[in-house]
Amino acid sequence: MKKIIADREIDVNEEGYLVDFKQWDKEVCRSLAEEEGISMTERHWDVIEYLQDKHQKEEPLSIRGIKKSGVINIKEFYSLFPGGPLKKSTLIAGIPKPKSCI
Amino acid sequence: MKNVVILGAGTSGTMMANHLESTLPKKEWKITIVDQYKTHYYQPGFLFLPFDIYTTKQVKKKGAKFLPKGVNYIQEKIDLIIPEKNKVVLADNRELPYDILIVATGTKTVPEEIEGMMSPKWYKNVFDFYTYEGAKALRDKFRTWEGGKLVVHITEMPIKCPVAPLEFAFLADSYFKNKGMRDKVDITFVTPLDGAFTKPRATEALHYLLEEKNIKEVTDFNIERVDYENNKIIDYADTEVEYDLLVTVPTNMGDPLLERSGLGDDLNYIPTDKATLQSTDHENIFAIGDATNLPASKAGSVAHFEAEILTENILRYINGEELKEEFDGHANCFIETGGGKALLIDFNYTTEPVEGTFPFPGVGPLKLLKESRMNHMGKLAFRWIYWNMLLKGVPIPFVDAQMSEKGKQLEKVK
Repeated sequence: MKKIIADREIDVNEEGYLVDFKQWDKEVCRSLAEEEGISMTERHWDVIEYLQDKHQKEEPLSIRGIKKSGVINIKEFYSLFPGGPLKKSTLIAGIPKPKSCI
Repeated sequence: MKNVVILGAGTSGTMMANHLESTLPKKEWKITIVDQYKTHYYQPGFLFLPFDIYTTKQVKKKGAKFLPKGVNYIQEKIDLIIPEKNKVVLADNRELPYDILIVATGTKTVPEEIEGMMSPKWYKNVFDFYTYEGAKALRDKFRTWEGGKLVVHITEMPIKCPVAPLEFAFLADSYFKNKGMRDKVDITFVTPLDGAFTKPRATEALHYLLEEKNIKEVTDFNIERVDYENNKIIDYADTEVEYDLLVTVPTNMGDPLLERSGLGDDLNYIPTDKATLQSTDHENIFAIGDATNLPASKAGSVAHFEAEILTENILRYINGEELKEEFDGHANCFIETGGGKALLIDFNYTTEPVEGTFPFPGVGPLKLLKESRMNHMGKLAFRWIYWNMLLKGVPIPFVDAQMSEKGKQLEKVK
């Protein structure tokens, strides 16, 4: 399905996650973050960059990964993306939500 | 004489020994397989053990029985892999040189990773069921348990057999119903993911199961510690879940051997090409099954499909040919839903589980993503298939290594 994000038509799935990472840029990112009630700071960008890098390398994302990332600790991760931090941060980063098999 | 060395004689290693023994020319290749344990466990059976559905005898056999005679089997602990010298060092200091190495050391549970999980309460009111010992201890506990808050919990992903915890919750519902004490048991499913089901089609088709069985869900729960003195688990957002009986799936990690040898990632899994199964760092080291870091399910069926493709790629590697980028992440799993029914799912890296018929398009007899008795019979029959066909590398009839899209209702997928 399509969704207007940052005045553009972007392809997303039922849950609002981007389907095509090529459509992601910082404008889209800011707009996605706003919808989640988050205003992007430098620390947010650090995390987004880390997540995208992991995703590109096809490494699974986890809280453990965050812990060992050297980018951020878990308490801060929770404070930057309150609620479900992995779920929200991946949505904003334009990458798929971490999943189980069904 | 050249050497192929297989590390681990579990599901993957045993299958590879059987495949290679029947494919590699015996005059040129010596096949050696190493495992520290004598016993081969039917791990899917650990799910049934706590509920007295399977006996201990049905889930363990002597591993050597499933290895072909032409293979050199060593029962010893592995100390180190030294890729630069193409050799493996065993705990008794024996050295095994290799031309090709296959890492099939699997994954194990590490409860020590979470503060308070491994405590004096371990196997008292905190259990795992991913080990033979845990499943058996839990069986004994259940036999006399008088009820209370049962919490089924996943520590972190990835885990072996991602649906097993959910199956456990379903089977617990049935078990306590049959004992006439379901009203005394409160079942809660706690997951770090955002739902018991996380794929849209499965959520749509299966969420009714949780409601029907009155299983509560706590989602997005990333555990920080177990407060074993006060019987609660606490996550990083300070959410607390109380339990009387905690059944957890601890952190899953690859074998410490990979960490010692400098070959593992954060979780001791070996970085592996997801289509060819060659390790990323060394061209003569291949990996299969739970030991890899592939974004596929850690499950025996996945290992089975990988084994066929890995065998072919090893032959290609020997002949100096380009490796086939053929593995598509194919998994095929029966999911117990309790009450003598089960679901069947068939999926790969890119296609989520959908409805349809399997293995014959339009005919079945098995139905995908729908509960049926036939699927449950399939799951029980699989134990026989495992011991008699799968381990020996006999192809499962009508099911290919690569996923088939036939008979599946794919059109709804966006």
